[in-house]
Amino acid sequence: MPKKYAIHPRVADPRFPPVGKYATVEFREDCAGSCRLCVKKRCVYGIFKDNFLHWSTMTEPEYLYICKSCYRCVEECTKGIFSMAVNPEYRTMGDDYFTPNIISSTWAQAHTGKIPVSGAGYRGPFVGEGFDAIWTDMSEIVRPTRDGIHGREYINTTVELSRRPVKLEFKEDMSLASEPAPILEIPLPIVFQEPEFGILSETVRLAMAEAAGELGSLMFVKAENYSPQIAEYAGSLIPRLTAANYQSYADLIRASCMVELADGPGIEKTFADLRSIKPGLFTSVGLPLDAEAAARALELARTGVDTIHFYGSEKGREVGAGKPRYLKDMIREIHLKLVENRIRPEVNLIFSGGVILAEHVAKSLICGADAVAIDTPLLVALECRLCYRCKDGKSCPVKLGEVERGWAAQRITNLMCAWHNQLLEVMGAFGIREARRMRGEVGRSMWFDDLERDSFAPLFGTRKVSGIGM
Amino acid sequence: MTEKTVLPEVKVTPSRYRNPIGKYVVRRSAQCISCGKCAELCPYGVHLRYEGYSQPVRPLDYKCVGPKCQANDFYCVKNCPQQALSVAVNPIIETLGDYRWPAEMILGHWYMAETGELPYIDLEYSLGYSGGGFDKMRFRIPDPKDYLDIPDEEIDTSICLNKRQDGRPERVLSLPCYSGGMSFGSTALPVLVARARAAGKLDTLTCTGEGGYPDAFVPYKDNIITQVATGLFGVREETIQRAPVVEFKYAQGAKPGLGGHLLGDKVTAEVAKIRETVVGSSLFSPFPFHSVYSVEDHKKHLDWIKEINPRALVSVKVSTPTDCDMVAVGSYYAGTNIIHFDGKYGGTGAAPDISKKNIAMPIEYAIPKVHRFLLNEGVRDELCFMASGGIRNAVDVAKAIALGADGAVIGTAELVALECIRCGNCESGRGCARSIATTDPELGCEIGEEWAEQRLVNMYTAWRKQWCEILRRYGMRSIRELVGRSDLLVHLDYLDEEERQEYQPTPKKKLVL
Repeated sequence: MPKKYAIHPRVADPRFPPVGKYATVEFREDCAGSCRLCVKKRCVYGIFKDNFLHWSTMTEPEYLYICKSCYRCVEECTKGIFSMAVNPEYRTMGDDYFTPNIISSTWAQAHTGKIPVSGAGYRGPFVGEGFDAIWTDMSEIVRPTRDGIHGREYINTTVELSRRPVKLEFKEDMSLASEPAPILEIPLPIVFQEPEFGILSETVRLAMAEAAGELGSLMFVKAENYSPQIAEYAGSLIPRLTAANYQSYADLIRASCMVELADGPGIEKTFADLRSIKPGLFTSVGLPLDAEAAARALELARTGVDTIHFYGSEKGREVGAGKPRYLKDMIREIHLKLVENRIRPEVNLIFSGGVILAEHVAKSLICGADAVAIDTPLLVALECRLCYRCKDGKSCPVKLGEVERGWAAQRITNLMCAWHNQLLEVMGAFGIREARRMRGEVGRSMWFDDLERDSFAPLFGTRKVSGIGM
Repeated sequence: MTEKTVLPEVKVTPSRYRNPIGKYVVRRSAQCISCGKCAELCPYGVHLRYEGYSQPVRPLDYKCVGPKCQANDFYCVKNCPQQALSVAVNPIIETLGDYRWPAEMILGHWYMAETGELPYIDLEYSLGYSGGGFDKMRFRIPDPKDYLDIPDEEIDTSICLNKRQDGRPERVLSLPCYSGGMSFGSTALPVLVARARAAGKLDTLTCTGEGGYPDAFVPYKDNIITQVATGLFGVREETIQRAPVVEFKYAQGAKPGLGGHLLGDKVTAEVAKIRETVVGSSLFSPFPFHSVYSVEDHKKHLDWIKEINPRALVSVKVSTPTDCDMVAVGSYYAGTNIIHFDGKYGGTGAAPDISKKNIAMPIEYAIPKVHRFLLNEGVRDELCFMASGGIRNAVDVAKAIALGADGAVIGTAELVALECIRCGNCESGRGCARSIATTDPELGCEIGEEWAEQRLVNMYTAWRKQWCEILRRYGMRSIRELVGRSDLLVHLDYLDEEERQEYQPTPKKKLVL
């Protein structure tokens, strides 16, 4: 049995007070000012303990970063002067995809490395777009044993990025006819790539590379963004090259285990060149997740490439389409295209763009991915508020460029620790102990359309609205 | 039905807190001269005035019906000689609640728990903003000719838990509900005892959860289900022997495929003692039962319980996997009396957020699937099928029954009746700041058993009124007639635009979570 893979989280405190959801509103004109029963003194969570004595000097409204929203101050104030509002700053964070609560929860995971656990039932909508229209299955009583993350049976999240031979050939004496090809494995189905925006200072890049190394994973970095310092992490990096420029990066290619070429006509001819620079080099091809992606994937799969890396939009959609499809549907299309052509097991598929939650990793694998590449969550782990001010060249409210490298790498490691443990939770419930076995296992997932058709159509007839009907 | 249902007495049981939150706020400015006019006029009791007390008292605005009251002659704002009063929607509503339990549903349940009546204030307490499942289903517009004009007392809302005729008691509950398992450790002892007392008064059941059987339960043993969960905490021969129903918990809807979670902060000396564990150490129950890897093993477990307690009914609580129908029929052949499915969106004291959202299917899908399969298998009449997990209010219960369940198991709504605000901080630290889901020595004693018991009785009394009204509309005398009547339900997404207009639209609102 392989050594158990474990990520070691360490608390990495935020540098800035995280933006909380709640703000208190006080109608101070009614406050006696020195009430012996002041609810601020009696807060169960002690959140007012630093400032309840000096209410006259507080700014208004007061943002309660750590308010747990128990409403006891509202309901118990002797004068009834308290009310609660949603912090306007919280409301403006992120967008409709990377919502404030996802940002908040990502911060907490990067802070502690713990998976988000809470009381009370689920609070969100019945169903959502994209990945939110899939539920994963669980095993009840009649399937093989497993103990989730807390038990005795090891759940392996390792996946490969190297091409798989379809068969082994033997000589007459039953010894292998040829050396088996080398294997490139990563211990969790998540790789990193450089975010498309954000203050990507040298330290930020180094921290991301360091975290990738610490995790045993890899990170895609554009070759032109390498600096001498970054090059020291070359073993954990996959340089992104083009057919036009790869010849100028021979040293980089020699230092890397895998390189990625941007897709282009005649690209397959370059693989031999690359391998002549470094024998045994693993290759990836990067291409946009567009309408041609499935057809192109099939062509590429036949060229001997190890991995195909699809770049989706940052909100997890097809690119370059009027009505972009969701990542889940794109993965299905590409995966099935390769399955139909009986080549799927040989090649690996990585998808990126819009993978922002641990559940997206599990669901991408279920749809047919081998691994996912993440970008924006790496920034959010470093306290990015997704205010997008940097896109306009404005200053960063959390001074992202000035982070300390060790701290930043730890925050990213913590986030991945939490994601890894969440993946284990899903796999434990699934009853699957191998991430590789999850690939394309849609039979063990439940899709909104299927459930509606199986459970509701016999009762209610034909569905008259399209999509999820929200 | 000649026998009349006798309901326990409703007593008005107001909030424990000084300033209950309402949908509307009534502000009284310094202009007030304490003339008492508003107190004289308001029929809802918003304004109070005590003889010999010269200061104006802050209005009980949670009783106010809001600005629409201006149509009335007694509208306080219009009648105030000083123009000292104002009424508006309470802005705090925006911060309260979520898609499944919006603010108005929480406030509505607080009102029911206080008064035993359905709210007269315009609160939408039967539909949430979830945009699917129960929130998109409506009861079909009834034929007025079917209306059965009989009082509530003549309507039967009872269900039978044992239909197998296996020589065990045919336990009948007066309501189509019993309360879900909450363990000692996750929930404060006074709350648990109050649930048991309320179950006694209402002639229904409550469940120990997996945290053992505290001595304080013994006086109410006839109304307490002993749960046998994978952690086997506090499962002893005597706790099995005293139970009218023994529930095997295979899985829980909020964390299917994972064992129970009780984080270390809540494992106090008392909790550790009853669970025979170490103080402060987190308790993650295993999954699944390590002695059950097949239906045959499952039957062995059930036989074992039946042997220890020949009078006990057996319930099997499972979650909602793809093959929930097979699980149900497997449990039937293993000899269960009650099959209990706990769906995706159910409550919990602590669960990973990823599992609450993603693992297993919502109960709305599982009910018709299981019901149909059991019918085809010819065994539906022999099983009592209970549903839970995201069944929030009386109308949800009725919808679940019409989809095919016999009744529902209720957890969250009971806690909301005890003023749970669904902040979700049950799991760690001192636990619930509102003294419900906590084992903290100080917080855990802030709820009185009598208060909590009465709040629960009141809420279920109000629920019963809703069920009776639904039954009357369809000319039914018993809730048992409603089982599987999915023809009485419509789903808005399955209606033509024109027909959809006839029904209440799905409440929509974008919330900041």
